[in-house]
Amino acid sequence: MEMPTINSRAKQMDAEVISNKRLGAYNHIVLAVNEIATYAKPGNFVAISVGGPGSSMVLRRAFAIYRAQIRPDGQGVMELVVAPHGNGSKWLASREPGESVNIVAPLGTAFGIPTEPVRALLIGGGYGSAPLFALAENLKAKGSRVDMVLGASTAAKIYAPLEGKRSVNSMTITTDDGSAGTQGRVSDVLPSIIEQNQIEIIYSCGPMAMLSAITDIANRYGVMHQCSVEESMACGIGVCMTCVLPVEGRDGITRMVRTCIEGPVMDGSKVTWSKSREIPDGVWGK
Amino acid sequence: MESNVTFDYSTALADRRIPNPILTASGTAGSGKELAQFFPLSDIGAVVTKSIMLKPRSGRATPRMAETPSGMLNSIGLQGPGIDIFLENDIPWLASQGARIIVSIAGETVEDYAVLARKLRAVPGITALEVNISCPNVENRGQVFACNPTTAREAISAVRRNIGGELPIFAKLSPDVTDIVSIATEVVDAGADGLALINTILGMVIDTNTMFPRLSQKTGGLSGPAIRPVAVRAIYQVHAALPNIPIIGMGGVASGRDAFELVLAGASAISVGTATFGNPTAAISIKQELESILIEKGFATFHQAIGFAHREEI
Repeated sequence: MEMPTINSRAKQMDAEVISNKRLGAYNHIVLAVNEIATYAKPGNFVAISVGGPGSSMVLRRAFAIYRAQIRPDGQGVMELVVAPHGNGSKWLASREPGESVNIVAPLGTAFGIPTEPVRALLIGGGYGSAPLFALAENLKAKGSRVDMVLGASTAAKIYAPLEGKRSVNSMTITTDDGSAGTQGRVSDVLPSIIEQNQIEIIYSCGPMAMLSAITDIANRYGVMHQCSVEESMACGIGVCMTCVLPVEGRDGITRMVRTCIEGPVMDGSKVTWSKSREIPDGVWGK
Repeated sequence: MESNVTFDYSTALADRRIPNPILTASGTAGSGKELAQFFPLSDIGAVVTKSIMLKPRSGRATPRMAETPSGMLNSIGLQGPGIDIFLENDIPWLASQGARIIVSIAGETVEDYAVLARKLRAVPGITALEVNISCPNVENRGQVFACNPTTAREAISAVRRNIGGELPIFAKLSPDVTDIVSIATEVVDAGADGLALINTILGMVIDTNTMFPRLSQKTGGLSGPAIRPVAVRAIYQVHAALPNIPIIGMGGVASGRDAFELVLAGASAISVGTATFGNPTAAISIKQELESILIEKGFATFHQAIGFAHREEI
């Protein structure tokens, strides 16, 4: 079987930081990326070199692309939402406008958008909401109904910019501590939303446990589920083989596939979530 | 008078000559297709393939990776398609790109190495074999051939007997041994034409939040600039003992300056590995930087710089 290959549009470049603003628990960073902005689709990610020359951080960091567009003045920009929790993301979040960062983008698969209008539910965990707003805009442009559920541990970790809220038909918030919206997890509110709005497709992005729980619910209702997974990566370009998950292929065989190449957006029903931290029996080559 | 600006950057891997000494490192270049999007594979000296085994292999469970200061741990477990699919897909594609190909092979038994060598002996378009007898990730610790002179010899001897006289073979050694020179001497005596130094160093990271080892397999191979002094030492020692045996040097090379250091120690070619994870075009910039350094230092050929740190002080 032929191995799937890297996003054919992926390019490496030094991208200038146009702006970098703190928003709640996150940083909203805008990069000048020229024509890469044309090719990046919702779901794609960017791999960024961190720490500067001589840094002890030798691996790239992967970030979901929040939005990419050509601005009216002709400038191609890419926007990111960064949670500064590790040394690499903290370095990135402290870049000043005018500085440059080395990027490789766009990488990975994108969310698939049906050609016909659909009733879509978009679910984001924490800053996993980032790629969903551009997706919502694209779905709306096709005449789809878009409902959104965002969940996080606490209110400050909900990322929902004003213009994002405007791009959806309904927005439901859940927090573990009840500091915003409904207290609980996104999976608690899904069944009623799926039933009430007769949801036909679910798109999600967030931590693995959340994606696994959503897959169970989507399967129960027979709803398609495209999820964007977060598996730790060393390279982002398919050469290090660290970001693998057990995923069933079209031929019915489950393989350890690279989520940077065959993901991050995958069909949730094909992932062996219960054994995502193992090599399940029957996996090709076990 | 015109100055002579033609610098001879070519190097020899046993009886094979390649146009420049920069290679990928096994297991860090995928199938080649991924990197081909960033530079033409024919621009580097050769592509060293992932270590290929007899059968398809799923590799290990995740987490497979942990970043460490100036390096990383990995425990992939040699995930790959197996030799038959590899020969059907990867080799013809690499050849179509004009890439020079060094095939890395790995086995679990001496017989595996023999069978792999037989499958490769008649395959056209291969420059050399790298025999991975030192991967610390193989399940059975007893199967780390490179850590024991007898098993190292048996594996290399099996390849030598079955590959025929044509294809140069490079034994890739582990630095996790007391005396790397004695292992090197043993595999050369068993028929290795050259050596590849060094494989990763076995390490461990414990997550202080979960208070468990970070990797699913607990241990992993340490690579990156953190291990470069170990590579320089190993190459220097082995080159001193076996000055006529070509060495493919690797271990934390991230710049032309780093590559130069390994060449001074005695490397005839340089594999770039972990640096590619941080920078897809690392091999190309290292190739350009090394050439500039060599010219600046006054070398007329790459060959003159090999092992230059061993010269007598005057």
